Amino acid sequence: MSPAPDASTHGDGSGTQVRHGGSPGRSRGRSRGGDRVMVPDADFTSYYGRPIVKAAPWEHDIAYYLFTGGVAAGSSLLAGGADLTDRPGLRRAGRIGSLVGLLLSIVALVHDLGKPSRFLNMLRVVKLTSPMSVGTWILSLHGPFAGLASAAELVGMLPTRWQRGPVRLLLRLGRPAGLVGAVTAPPVAAYTAVLLADTATPAWHAAHEELPFVFCGSAAAASGGWAMVTAPIAEAGPARTFAVGGAAVELVMAHRMETSMGLAAETLHTGTAGRWMRASKVLTATGAAGALLGGRSRVLSVVSGTALMAGSFCTRMGVYEAGMASARDPKYTVVPQRERVERGEQVRHQG
Amino acid sequence: MAEAHPVGFQWVVEAQNRGAKVIHVDPRFTRTSAVADKHVPIRVGSDIAFLGGIISYVLENGLDFRDYVVNYTNAATIVSDRFEDTDDLDGLFSGFDPDKRTYDPTSWQYDVEDEPGQQSAAQADDSEETQEQRDSAAGMQHEAHGMQVEGKPRRDETLQHPRCVYQVLRRHFARYTPEVVEQTCGVSQADFLEVCRAWTENSGRERTTALVYSVGWTQHSVGVQYIRTGAILQLLLGNMGRPGGGIMALRGHASIQGSTDIPTLFNILPGYLPMPNPDQHATLGDYVDSIRNPGSKGFWSKADAYTVSLLKAYWGEAATPDNDFCFDYLPKITGDHGTYRTVLDMIDGKVSGYFLLGQNPAVGSAHGRAQRLGMANLDWLVVRDLFEIESASFWKDAPEVATGEIVPEECATEVFLFPAASYAEKEGTFTQTQRMLQWREKAVDPPGDCRSELWFFYHLGRMVRERLADSTDDRDRPLLDLAWDYPVHDEGALGSEGAQAWGEPSAEAVLKEINGYDVATGRPLSSFVEMKADGSTAGGCWIYTGVFADGVNQANRRKSRHDQSFVAPEWGWAWPMNRRILYNRASADPDGKPWSERKAYVWWDEEQQQWVGDDVPDFEKTKPPSYRAPEGSDGIEAIEGIDPFIMQGDGKGALYVPQGLIDGPMPTHYEPVESPFRNPLYGQQANPTRMDYRRDDNPMNPAPPEEHSDVFPFVFTTSRLTEHHTAGGMSRYLEHLAELQPEMFVEVSPTLARERGLEHMGWCHVVTARSAVEGRVLVTERLRPLRVEGRTVHQVWMPYHWGGGGLVTGDSANDLFGITLDPNVLIQESKVGTCDVRPGRRPTGPALRELVADYGRRAGIGDQLPARIVTASADAQARSLAAAETSDDDQEGQ
Amino acid sequence: MGPNSLFGPLDPASDAGYTDAPKRKGFFTDTSVCIGCKACEVACKEWNDVPENAFEMLGTSYDNSHSLNANQWRHVAFIEKPAAKPSAPSVDLGMPAVGAPVSDVPQDEKPDFQWLMSSDVCKHCTHAACLDVCPTGSLFRSEFGTVVVQDDICNGCGYCVAACPYGVIDRRRGPEGDPKVGIAQKCTLCYDRLTDGQRPACAAACPTESIQYGDVDELRERATARVELLHERGVMDARLYGNDPDDGVGGTGAMFLLLDEPEVYGLPPDPVVTTKDLPRMFTRAGMAGTALLIGAALSFVRRRP
Ligand SMILES: Nc1nc2c(c(=O)[nH]1)N[C@H]1C(S)=C(S)[C@@H](COP(=O)(O)OP(=O)(O)OC[C@H]3O[C@@H](n4cnc5c(=O)[nH]c(N)nc54)[C@H](O)[C@@H]3O)O[C@H]1N2
Ligand SMILES: Nc1nc2c(c(=O)[nH]1)N[C@H]1C(S)=C(S)[C@@H](COP(=O)(O)OP(=O)(O)OC[C@H]3O[C@@H](n4cnc5c(=O)[nH]c(N)nc54)[C@H](O)[C@@H]3O)O[C@H]1N2
Ligand code: SF4
Ligand code: SF4
Ligand code: SF4
Ligand code: SF4
Ligand code: SF4
Ligand SMILES: [Mo]
Repeated sequence: MSPAPDASTHGDGSGTQVRHGGSPGRSRGRSRGGDRVMVPDADFTSYYGRPIVKAAPWEHDIAYYLFTGGVAAGSSLLAGGADLTDRPGLRRAGRIGSLVGLLLSIVALVHDLGKPSRFLNMLRVVKLTSPMSVGTWILSLHGPFAGLASAAELVGMLPTRWQRGPVRLLLRLGRPAGLVGAVTAPPVAAYTAVLLADTATPAWHAAHEELPFVFCGSAAAASGGWAMVTAPIAEAGPARTFAVGGAAVELVMAHRMETSMGLAAETLHTGTAGRWMRASKVLTATGAAGALLGGRSRVLSVVSGTALMAGSFCTRMGVYEAGMASARDPKYTVVPQRERVERGEQVRHQG
Repeated sequence: MAEAHPVGFQWVVEAQNRGAKVIHVDPRFTRTSAVADKHVPIRVGSDIAFLGGIISYVLENGLDFRDYVVNYTNAATIVSDRFEDTDDLDGLFSGFDPDKRTYDPTSWQYDVEDEPGQQSAAQADDSEETQEQRDSAAGMQHEAHGMQVEGKPRRDETLQHPRCVYQVLRRHFARYTPEVVEQTCGVSQADFLEVCRAWTENSGRERTTALVYSVGWTQHSVGVQYIRTGAILQLLLGNMGRPGGGIMALRGHASIQGSTDIPTLFNILPGYLPMPNPDQHATLGDYVDSIRNPGSKGFWSKADAYTVSLLKAYWGEAATPDNDFCFDYLPKITGDHGTYRTVLDMIDGKVSGYFLLGQNPAVGSAHGRAQRLGMANLDWLVVRDLFEIESASFWKDAPEVATGEIVPEECATEVFLFPAASYAEKEGTFTQTQRMLQWREKAVDPPGDCRSELWFFYHLGRMVRERLADSTDDRDRPLLDLAWDYPVHDEGALGSEGAQAWGEPSAEAVLKEINGYDVATGRPLSSFVEMKADGSTAGGCWIYTGVFADGVNQANRRKSRHDQSFVAPEWGWAWPMNRRILYNRASADPDGKPWSERKAYVWWDEEQQQWVGDDVPDFEKTKPPSYRAPEGSDGIEAIEGIDPFIMQGDGKGALYVPQGLIDGPMPTHYEPVESPFRNPLYGQQANPTRMDYRRDDNPMNPAPPEEHSDVFPFVFTTSRLTEHHTAGGMSRYLEHLAELQPEMFVEVSPTLARERGLEHMGWCHVVTARSAVEGRVLVTERLRPLRVEGRTVHQVWMPYHWGGGGLVTGDSANDLFGITLDPNVLIQESKVGTCDVRPGRRPTGPALRELVADYGRRAGIGDQLPARIVTASADAQARSLAAAETSDDDQEGQ
Repeated sequence: MGPNSLFGPLDPASDAGYTDAPKRKGFFTDTSVCIGCKACEVACKEWNDVPENAFEMLGTSYDNSHSLNANQWRHVAFIEKPAAKPSAPSVDLGMPAVGAPVSDVPQDEKPDFQWLMSSDVCKHCTHAACLDVCPTGSLFRSEFGTVVVQDDICNGCGYCVAACPYGVIDRRRGPEGDPKVGIAQKCTLCYDRLTDGQRPACAAACPTESIQYGDVDELRERATARVELLHERGVMDARLYGNDPDDGVGGTGAMFLLLDEPEVYGLPPDPVVTTKDLPRMFTRAGMAGTALLIGAALSFVRRRP
């Protein structure tokens, strides 16, 4: 019999064939993308190939946010460092990167929620068990300071005759605000990993050990890349170091993640996510190499900085898509759990 | 049962939890099979062979409940030596007239004791009369009547006499061996024997088995005989009149039992009094005598009191002894006025107006096209329904509009659509399958202009009478003389001007009238025994008398079952006389003692010298088991202490029915009218006496021995889905139900799908000589091909709930059926037909008719002699007819 | 918060701070007596005013409601499957008088067949991931130990959707204009009826008592007894699901008796509440964040201009 056309929510990742009328069957779960298959075909049963867990109802906005948030956080750090080490060009690049990142993040978040008030709605409680609540508070803490520092930077760019009264005050607040922003930036970069991992989405949850490192590395690479593009070459040294280090961490930890995730890692190699992830690796590696070798060339700097940013963007997109794919295909929920059960290692509370 | 009676099915589950084993015999694997312990797939339309096999198993192995059978059934009664069985007559019984296609039942009668060799007189004397009985679905009357037996039939209590019913029955069913069952029904012998064992092992002194059936058994051209076969088994195993036994029809619509008790049928009056006909019932006396049949045993002897009370209820003061209590006012029937006849008459232009209440024949009745073409040929049509159903909108959206057979601009039928109040919006009673009436309060006011049926008819009658008030025309007297005054509720919600004038009539007042009352004092009667033939009592339905005993609405009693005996007599009220199990005298042995402690129900108490127990005894309270009827007695007096079946002419349960059935005294396997198989048992293919309307617009698919049956090689059957209700008026128009099964579909087995190239969830269409309907293909192993007569038969299944209206639309399965009816009660054969199945969607517009016509041509329909109905050998036909003639001669000689 | 607040057995209502809570309420759904009548689906929609889900025939046996989602708080699954081949009929055919030659219907043409039906619902987990991750407090633990969404507080962030290990909760999709569009919806265990001392609409409608409502303690016992009874009767496939307080979600408020593996019904075989790992996740994130900070600092330290 032909496979039954399934309902709308049935994505492209289905591994189960419906034989006919009513028989959801035990069948070969096979990745359809034709990409590399890391895990042998799994035999599993599902209910008409329908997903078990629900994919997060998040659009690509969230992937963009992961990226812009990372850029913003890393940029705040660079700006802070630059401020302390007196690199005004780099500081400006950092602060502007932070501002642009934050603004885009807010656009993405609000778009995802529908209206701004819904963001504020989250501030009615503090909930430690909710990474989103925690993240909201982190953002609410970081955002104003980073924003203030960026505002100071912008004001600093104004003609001096306008820098009067309260504006001067703002200028003076730039440094302390920027430093607070820098110190609160790492949580911004890191919490998004927890946000994703703290779900039932197989690929995200399975990655919970390494994902914070991947995301932080990615943030460093992207923000470093941004600074390589926007800051004066002479001052961009730390940014390059930061970027190269970030890229290295990202690549290494992503590799570790893929090997420790089990079956769900498959989703990082196949389909759309696979394409993003491969692009990410190439771009990140290239960008890092470029930063190492040709950091003093303006052109190479811009090219490798852009590559690093693009690589980070691809990582975020890849992780997002892998999560979605892993939620849509029941295989990634059933097989690991079934294997646990069959090994007699169900998750049980001990004592 | 789980599909169509999910709420009732809780008790099956309950029984299962207590260890009961559930076996489901059904052509397809349904929700019932899903929780049953075993599913036995059977070929549609072959149950008589299956049940006959069980009867044979019981008789051949002597597994019947002998004490019960000898004393309480007619097993010992000796049948006339003129009776000849289907075994000898190639599937016919003796007395068949091939021209009229009916029996002269004279040769079926009992031998009467006083005159050896003499027979008891038949209710119908010849085949002509039987034909009339068929036209008027006389079988319906037997629902409460039982047969009449004159004189004292001869008996052989050893059951050895070759012509005693027991032996006749044994010989009749001897053919129905496990092999024959397997060949005919497609049921393996192992499965079959498992059912045999389960049924017999669960019957006897200590245990009883209940038989519950519904329309999978009734909607056949042999529907009544299906039930008869079940009844024979239940009697043989001692399962009647005892707790946990019996035969129950799972009713369909909420008060469908009520609608035969107080009938919405053309052929009976309330309480199963027959509808009078002008030939035999010129006077009240003739009429009453034809019912009570002087000389016969039983309670029908008081038919005069029931009839007169009914006439008093209808015409009140106008009904007097001098005018035969207005008997002349009663309409008389002259033949078949059934719903199918009427629809064909509409097509022929013989009917001008039609009231349609709570029915959607455009979708729900067999041969949908005929239904719609008929309604499109009326002058006016009144539809009262909750929604604008297909039967109200057919003139603009029937499939015939697409084919050009109905042209909306030209369709002259004026449709009056009235919004009806639903059950929750009005008060009244429901009568369910146990004959129990339950009162129901109104929960909410009906919305807008919706009104109850009671309101509609009361005010319609009132207005017609007001219009005719000055008429002097005699034909208006019946209307003007009616007792037509009911108190109305003074409810603001109903009727803005003159609430009183337009108020909702009190349903309780109507129930009081149905119960009956003493005319002089208005005192409600407490039992039909109080009814008089002199006009001093009035009552709308004698069997319901007592529902208002003591002026209390007994149907409204709701005492918890936990606060009373297990029979729960104080929940609602059951007719007759609040009796919960009919013929319950049979729950005690001939000496009046319970058959077993476990199954004690009603018994004779020596000390009190009366029948006592948990239920109201269905026997004269003080008539001891030892009572024997004095010589020459009749009526109630003739019922002996060991005659539990008090409505039967001999007081015995009928294993063999000498009269009252049109198609034979015993069930016989006939093939469905449309079948791909030759009858494996007899030359006679299908029911020879079936009601058959032979017309060009009602073609039947050919079946063997006719040629070309291979044009329609598959068997199809239709039934219900839990998610929808009948013709869909109450489910397709509601989002929460409609979404559950949103599309018409056709279920086929994987094998058939392969064979015909049908793709799961693709489209297919099913074709018969009447039409083609399309649906989505649901390939499922729940449908299994069966091996019948050595070849594979594919059964196709469809729900019949769809039509063109509502939130979810689809083709109507009923468009596939032609009109063929059971001869006894005129129910349509809508459970089985033959068809072809083709992939893809059906053609639309005129091309649809062409496709069907093409099939017709290939099947040889219309271009040859009409298909033969009587297919028994010529010799058998002649011998059977001879039996009729001899008996006629005989009677003339008397 | 107690030591088991994220994982392990506990009484959810008292953990949530109720001092005088009634006994925990829940469901035991015995699928061995479910007849797939969908009365539960319809009763739920009628009572809770849940709009229609989809007018689409899915071709998946009689399941046309697809799955639990915002418009479908009860979902009856239908599974058609050939059972293991029946054992040969017991020897004695019990017909001494009539010889019974070997059946010509081959046994393998009549596979014994199973049609499983099961009414799924929110599990009202002891450790409810949906509730844990909800950033607005829209999801709350009721005094009955159940998990309820408050329409007016939910901001539609959708976090609960991704967090539920059973794929239960969902945001309502269009049509625009419905005030609850975009808002997370799921079974409330008829919170409004419970506070009124009534049982949930679905349980009241279920004809065969496949859905049993009551105190979770007592239901657990009943479920155990029922599965033992079925085993005695030879239904060895019967198994319980969600009744173990030590399991990955601390046991569910809605437990099931199933006749096949959970995944056959679309249930996860060994679900674990994601927040079980939350401390670890935060630790790792903390480490990563610290690394980021140090990394940033080092970038500047090493190359002072
Ligand atoms: N949900 C729901 N409930 C209903 C109704 C409804 O439309 N929907 N309708 C109500 C009404 S009006 C009625 S009359 C009742 C009817 O109640 P049922 O009689 O139970 O309803 P059906 O589904 O028509 O038929 C029952 C079964 O008969 C089987 N069958 C068909 N032919 C044969 C045969 O020759 N032999 C045997 N052994 N089985 C056969 C069919 O496969 C089907 O499973 O239901 C009532 N209840
Ligand atoms: N092929 C096939 N055909 C069948 C059957 C089958 O099994 N197979 N089954 C047969 C059986 S058993 C039956 S009962 C028939 C049913 O067939 P129908 O009786 O023609 O169909 P229903 O849809 O039940 O029609 C009842 C109508 O009454 C309306 N209604 C409900 N309550 C009220 C009320 O209080 N007042 C009024 N005025 N209207 C009301 C409903 O909206 C609905 O439209 O179908 C028969 N046809
Ligand atoms: S609709 Fe009424 S009659 Fe039918 S199953 Fe439900 S409760 Fe019984
Ligand atoms: S099943 Fe899902 S939605 Fe229900 S309580 Fe558990 S986590 Fe929440
Ligand atoms: S969608 Fe609503 S209920 Fe779900 S987590 Fe967000 S706020 Fe809470
Ligand atoms: S408990 Fe209430 S809300 Fe939950 S499924 Fe049942 S009826 Fe619906
Ligand atoms: S109401 Fe009960 S029997 Fe019907 S589908 Fe729901 S759980 Fe099953
Ligand atoms: Mo019916």
